[in-house]
Amino acid sequence: MSGLHVSDLGFAYGSKQALDGLNFDVGAGRFCALLGPNGAGKSTLFALLTRLLVAPQGAVRIAGHDLSTAPRTALAKLGIVFQQSTLDLDLTVNQNLRYFAALHGIAGRDAVRRIDSALDKLDMRERANEKARVLNGGHRRRTEIARALIHDPAVLLLDEATVGLDAATRASITDHVHQLTDTGTTVLWATHLTDEVRDDDDLIILHHGKIHAQGTARDIRGKDALQDTFFSLTSEPA
Amino acid sequence: MNAYLTSLLAILKREALRFVHQRERFVAALVRPLVWLLVFAAGFRAALGLSIIPPYQTYITYETYIVPGLCGMIMLFNGMQSSLSLVYDREMGSMKLLLTSPLPRWWLLLCKLLGSNAISVLQVYAFLTIAALFGITMPVAGYVMVLPALIVAGLMLGALGLLLSSFIKQLENFAGVMNFVIFPMFFLSSALYPLWKMAESSELLYTICALNPFTHAVELIRFALYLQFNGPALGWAVAATGVFTVAALWGYNPARTGAGKRR
Repeated sequence: MSGLHVSDLGFAYGSKQALDGLNFDVGAGRFCALLGPNGAGKSTLFALLTRLLVAPQGAVRIAGHDLSTAPRTALAKLGIVFQQSTLDLDLTVNQNLRYFAALHGIAGRDAVRRIDSALDKLDMRERANEKARVLNGGHRRRTEIARALIHDPAVLLLDEATVGLDAATRASITDHVHQLTDTGTTVLWATHLTDEVRDDDDLIILHHGKIHAQGTARDIRGKDALQDTFFSLTSEPA
Repeated sequence: MNAYLTSLLAILKREALRFVHQRERFVAALVRPLVWLLVFAAGFRAALGLSIIPPYQTYITYETYIVPGLCGMIMLFNGMQSSLSLVYDREMGSMKLLLTSPLPRWWLLLCKLLGSNAISVLQVYAFLTIAALFGITMPVAGYVMVLPALIVAGLMLGALGLLLSSFIKQLENFAGVMNFVIFPMFFLSSALYPLWKMAESSELLYTICALNPFTHAVELIRFALYLQFNGPALGWAVAATGVFTVAALWGYNPARTGAGKRR
């Protein structure tokens, strides 16, 4: 089975339940938006999906590999763009990508080929030799997305990847990531901005650690604007 | 190339680049022991009478006595500095990159340890060179023999730094490390005074000094500089490295956080 499979996933910080029995699947090549207000549990879910935290309850399968029993195989299939930038600002785009490639055991000509291809996908090749520090916010994000693609992940996770960017840059990055699904990459895109979600996208609305709606964006919003549906679903107390 | 070797080389290269980018850090790390050697030791020379104790075979000056301790000091500060950078990496997010790599976590942390150790060793050699220019020299072969001792001492202190970084949640807490780790470890050791001197003052302090792994790291370096092998010191240092490493790996184990701590 490919794509991302999550079953009965739960997590608590001490006595505070952050996630409560989540169940969802994202099929291969699908773009799934994870929509939730601040504090909904999106970042905790990402920490569990990337094994920065280990869930005491539930299971995660990435491209068919169980994260708890085969963590290394599962992580090898996963591309991640964290909410906070993880670029080394003193290194060039190319050096940042080479470092990441090496952490995945990729070096030499293979690394060069993969890095060039990833940079091409995000229209970043001409900036390969610029230091990350001189890039604007949008280009830094693109660099991070390109970096997350070097090892050809089956599943790409992006945690509020457009935070802090202007509208045009957000739209451009959202377009780029939607295009990635054409080649079969599964995308889980966490956001709290409804304009980043398209009608054909899968959608999960998370609120107070629980899934409040699940389906395609078109089905969930019905005749209303997604923004209104989102507000009505997340304005009620948990 | 093997994935393990690839990642090791990349992490070493990144540590080296970081080192090149932070030349001030290198200079600062050299100034500290040099002040001790050229100012503090000069002042204390008259106050402290040293008897002939192994590995020395003749009367030595106080400056000569504290050189191994200051080598240890460089490595101690460097170990803590790399621990500080790990906490910084975690706060800034770049640690996540390492922790979500498909390679085993213990290997990646070991690579970090080796990287910072290599920088420490370079700093010690720079310090020994400057000390030699001021006339404080060791047997020539000692400069070669000390290399394995420096690597062991550096690994031990680096592992301690790794352990601390796994438990320190915020950069602000790092000041405590200075007060509660670096200073006690340094002053409660044989770096500045032979342990028999300490025993004359207080039996309790002497016992603490004798148990302090830093004492053994310093003694390992001291003996190696004079072409002698100090088995017990090596044993202590290796054992301490093992304990610190296992505890650090436990600290970085994601399952530990499943109990409900936010990292």
